[in-house]
Amino acid sequence: MIYLDQAATSYPKPPEVIEAVCEALQHAGNSGRGAHHLSLAASRLIFEARYEIADFLGAEDPSCIAFTANATESLNLALFGVLNSGDHVITTELEHNSVLRPLYTLQERGVEVTILPANPQGLVDFSTLGVVVRPNTRVLVLTHASNVTGNMVDIEHVGEFCREHDLLFIVDGAQTAGFYAYDLRQSSIDILCFTGHKGLYGPQGVGGIYVKPGLALRPLKVGGSGIQTFSKTHPNQMPEALEAGTLNLPGIAGLMAGVRYLKNVGLDMVSNRECELTGYFHKAVSQVPGVKVYGEFGASTRCPIVALNLCSVDSSLVSQLLAEEYNIYTRSGGHCAPLMHGALGTGELGAVRFSFSHMNSREELDAAVQALREIVLRAGRGELL
Amino acid sequence: MSGTRVVVTFRTTTQAMAWEKACKEAGLPGRLIPMPVQISAECGLAWLIPPLEKDILLLRAIELNLKYADVIELQ
Repeated sequence: MIYLDQAATSYPKPPEVIEAVCEALQHAGNSGRGAHHLSLAASRLIFEARYEIADFLGAEDPSCIAFTANATESLNLALFGVLNSGDHVITTELEHNSVLRPLYTLQERGVEVTILPANPQGLVDFSTLGVVVRPNTRVLVLTHASNVTGNMVDIEHVGEFCREHDLLFIVDGAQTAGFYAYDLRQSSIDILCFTGHKGLYGPQGVGGIYVKPGLALRPLKVGGSGIQTFSKTHPNQMPEALEAGTLNLPGIAGLMAGVRYLKNVGLDMVSNRECELTGYFHKAVSQVPGVKVYGEFGASTRCPIVALNLCSVDSSLVSQLLAEEYNIYTRSGGHCAPLMHGALGTGELGAVRFSFSHMNSREELDAAVQALREIVLRAGRGELL
Repeated sequence: MSGTRVVVTFRTTTQAMAWEKACKEAGLPGRLIPMPVQISAECGLAWLIPPLEKDILLLRAIELNLKYADVIELQ
């Protein structure tokens, strides 16, 4: 099996991640819910995970990191946590539905939404920010990298605009955590939303949110926290303010192991290797007749994603053939990014997305390119109709 | 048990964990216990310290920039 769907979830997970999940299930209780050995083991594990992730992201303090189920929950938490009726928010056509759908819901509740368009290469012209900003603009939210094309946004440039205009800057790091070297202490990012199961190599179902010190969010949920038991209101201290209910301890243990794995092998090595594989695949696949690749490849920084179509063949059929006949796993369709596909002109076809990790090899990519050549030939002979 | 007990209280579990980690690394005395019921505190954990070590511990806590809610003597 050749797994080229790393942007959906990383696979395989490092062995130490699997071991950490098992270890947590065997030797830990419930964090913050007592002082016996198993409960303290859980509390220590959660704290160590916060500490490791805060250190990895360059955050000010472990308390800046709250755990969630995924990037979608983090983004909902951020957007519903700061925006009120009458506020204006700016976003882009690059976004995943995890940003767009909360914004559409907020729009129904009186929040004004401006969506900056993307061009047919999937790029946004951020020089228009000065035109669209309003006196009531409160938030600018955007993805750090398109999950369709892999193109990255210059977040420091956009962040500078946010600082100048006193806007909260919320970044969707679903595709970039574990690829980009964040230094949040120095960054203009106010809130970073990330998932644990992609570039951070953790298990599915765990993610997190970084909140700049001093910034308070309305929680999405309230309830048990292990602190201030006799208060009628949920505690407002970070990170417990955003973590009502029992945390996903095995998931967090696995996420911590994933982050430690990245620290050990080196983030530079990982991102350099992934960039090298992406360039290799892009060059090879661009030479296959009938292949159309989406996005900008001249950029120096991009995520390890290549989205393409073969002539006008349905992307889901290509992905199906790759899986069933070549044992090559990719992702087809709209990738939960409807506006981006609209901008790329792939609203009907979708696209076949290939995404890589440093664990992939050139031989695997060669096999994928050869498979695409064969599918193109079959399409030319009318065998795919 | 008899005599005086001194406990450090915390606003959050995260504060308590940060305190424990720093104290262990600095070789400072004490251990985490369930919050004594006579204290209306914010976190369910407290750091129990020998009464005679109280002043030294708090001085080091300030030096290490450790956060806590209160220090309480229990009879």
